[in-house]
Amino acid sequence: MDFPVFHLDVFGNRGLIAVIAVLHVLINHGLAVGMMPLVACMEWYGHRKQDPRWDRLAYRILFVSFLVTTTVGALTGVGIWLSVSLVNPYSIGSLIRVFFWAWFVEWLVFITEVCLILAYTLTWKSWREGAAKRRHIRLGFALGLFSWITMAIIVSILGFMMDPGNWLSENTLLSGFSNPVYLPQLAFRTPLAAAMAGIIALFLIPFFVKRADPFRNEATRAVGIWTLLFAPFVVAGGYWYYSVVPAAMKDNLAVSTLTLQFSGWLDDFLWIALATVVAILVIVQIAIKRPGLLPRVATVVPFVAILWLTGHFERVREFIRKPYIIGQYMYANGLRVEDYALLQRDGVLAYATYSNPLTEAEKSFVPASLPEAERTAALARLQKGKDVFMDTCSRCHTTHGVNGVAGHLQRMFGDARWTPDLTADYIANMHNAQPYMPPFPGNKDELGFLATYLEQLQGNKAPVPGAQQAGVAIRPAGEAKLADGAASGPTAPTQGARK
Amino acid sequence: MNQIPVPRDIPLPMPAPEPLLVVVLVFFFLLHIAFVNFMVGGALISVWYEIKGLKNRRYDRLAYEVASTITANKSIAVVLGVGPLLAINTLYTVYFYTANALTGTFWISIVPLVVVAFLLTYAHKYLWHAMDGRKGLHIAIGAASCLIFLFIPLIFLANVNLMLFPEKWGTVQGFFSALLLPNVLPRYAHFLLACPAMTGLLMVWLFRRRSEAALADTGWRRDELMRTGYRWALWPTVGQFFVGPVALLTLPTTQGTPATLMGIFGVAILVSIWMTLLMFVETRRPAARIGGSFVSICSLMVVVLGLMGAGRHVYREAAVAPHRELVRAKTEDYMRRVDEANRAAGAAQRPVRP
Repeated sequence: MDFPVFHLDVFGNRGLIAVIAVLHVLINHGLAVGMMPLVACMEWYGHRKQDPRWDRLAYRILFVSFLVTTTVGALTGVGIWLSVSLVNPYSIGSLIRVFFWAWFVEWLVFITEVCLILAYTLTWKSWREGAAKRRHIRLGFALGLFSWITMAIIVSILGFMMDPGNWLSENTLLSGFSNPVYLPQLAFRTPLAAAMAGIIALFLIPFFVKRADPFRNEATRAVGIWTLLFAPFVVAGGYWYYSVVPAAMKDNLAVSTLTLQFSGWLDDFLWIALATVVAILVIVQIAIKRPGLLPRVATVVPFVAILWLTGHFERVREFIRKPYIIGQYMYANGLRVEDYALLQRDGVLAYATYSNPLTEAEKSFVPASLPEAERTAALARLQKGKDVFMDTCSRCHTTHGVNGVAGHLQRMFGDARWTPDLTADYIANMHNAQPYMPPFPGNKDELGFLATYLEQLQGNKAPVPGAQQAGVAIRPAGEAKLADGAASGPTAPTQGARK
Repeated sequence: MNQIPVPRDIPLPMPAPEPLLVVVLVFFFLLHIAFVNFMVGGALISVWYEIKGLKNRRYDRLAYEVASTITANKSIAVVLGVGPLLAINTLYTVYFYTANALTGTFWISIVPLVVVAFLLTYAHKYLWHAMDGRKGLHIAIGAASCLIFLFIPLIFLANVNLMLFPEKWGTVQGFFSALLLPNVLPRYAHFLLACPAMTGLLMVWLFRRRSEAALADTGWRRDELMRTGYRWALWPTVGQFFVGPVALLTLPTTQGTPATLMGIFGVAILVSIWMTLLMFVETRRPAARIGGSFVSICSLMVVVLGLMGAGRHVYREAAVAPHRELVRAKTEDYMRRVDEANRAAGAAQRPVRP
């Protein structure tokens, strides 16, 4: 990371991305990719049967989808970019260099999709009869297709982050796009989106059709069949997807499904997940067989369950690719695998442009009673420790907040003093015990600095501000000179060079 | 004397020829900003007319007509912004991401702010008739969306301004200090004036082509509506002749700020004068002839926008070009050292255990 370090020390940086991304996926899959074909099918069926009740229901569901997708859906899509560019600029910057044209095409498709949803929604009441209605139905199916294409492109990038495949040697867009995880993941997400849409529609129907209206049962049954129809494909796609996940990532499953401290509960979690799936299927079965027996509140169960399962799936997918953020290419700390030999030799700070000023709470760790020279040296050491922490740990960890290092150290070492010897030894080897952790990227001196910084966390629980609050200091050019003494790197002009 | 930071870039090649990325950035950004102008200007004008409509219902109907355009414009504004965002990410990776991080809290708050503003505009539009008896609350919903719309551009401006000045990166502490850098507020004023001006032209376009039957529903004559649109376009544009030069003169001097920049903005001012005169003439024309210069005015506006976009890009390049050379050299030097270290360790592609 050679950027100012944006940092959320309570909520956690990954939490920011997770909230935005999961929300986006739920809306994209449930209300766009899956829902648009379902709405178009309803409209087509109503037109074929000359039954205006289907038309009314389809429009109401579309209107909800329109409101949500063009606000929260669209903005969380952009929000993923914004949040990742804050939290891990090297990863998103690298992905854009590789997938620029894929994203560019996806953007063109997205423009088309937005135009189509505007046209589809706004012409619903004016294109009502004859050829205009048929054209309108075609518009709906075209919208469904374009929604799916946007997902089909983005899924490739998600697959690439798990396993870049031949891109590592060929470095071409095509080799990156056709990564081994791509098609299986697409085969899983496509029916998942359709099934999600069915479950959301089941939830919405009681809001739009009165209980006394026999059409409610008819619509519930039809949407239940739609949902159930895709269920086997979700299972088959899921199995195919699971089969191509790299073996090393499967080892992370136990931790990814739950938090670290509950990782032993994997079996329990799997049972809960299975029970959730069964509950969904049972309620969908009732919707098909005995729709009249299904109270409105019962449709909340599969609705919440599918959102929970999908959200959890995304969390797991994000986690299991650790220690990498881009498989085999870049670690979760934003450092490339290729950089390690250099950084472990010369230190990460030798190549860091920015420094993160110590807070007063951090400075108070160094006793004021120390002689001036000693105190200055101790503060300098602490400053380096903080910079190492911010540059190499803070992408995933906070100090005391979500996934805080203090919590992990407390669990391992309890109330015993977290001496530099104790923690440095652990950090040097942690990637062996915990394969989802990247190796420590710095040199031995920096390991000591980091350990000193961690030691002060035992008594200092104040949150650490990121560059967005405290700004950054520029590391002196002399410090950035390289360990081998060569000074061939460019030197920066000073402020006096520009007004 | 502050040292200027020289970070290293992402060591992957550019995915597309630079001129193409520049075209995507400049052209689509202009399209994006035009729709943002329609959206913000539409929201402001709509609420203003709705307030006037409390005394005269005719204004309420006009307010509704304007409000009806906002929701489509905002969707197009968002989607058109994605391409330029992609291009600026690619072309100015180091600069853009650095500015993002330094104003991060506000930068990411764009997402919830825009979501809330959009939901409010939907509520404002779709509950217009349902809330007829609760006008105060309805106006408050519209005004709340306006306030958010007015705030969000400040975040963008603070960012795209900060990215151009690496010498400020070590001194800025959060969004508000970035906001106070020279040029942000004059550019904001420039943007604010553009919103009603562009929306005024949109109103002329909208009412110029509307059927007589639809016009009758509004209770306004066509020429009245077009003249109103022209007035919204005219007076803010006149204001730009004062604000524009301030925005230009408060641009920090860059090494070798090119004369072409002054040339481009000079031509833009001349074209703007011509366009403003035509707008003025249109506001005075009789009903039968009003609208005769609309195509010419729009064409001149496109030229002005194009020149503004080109001028901005020339300045941006002048501001970052010397620094970008340093970044490039540093990145190359770093990569050379990476290769050398990997050769020495004999462990390329594999992490070395400390």
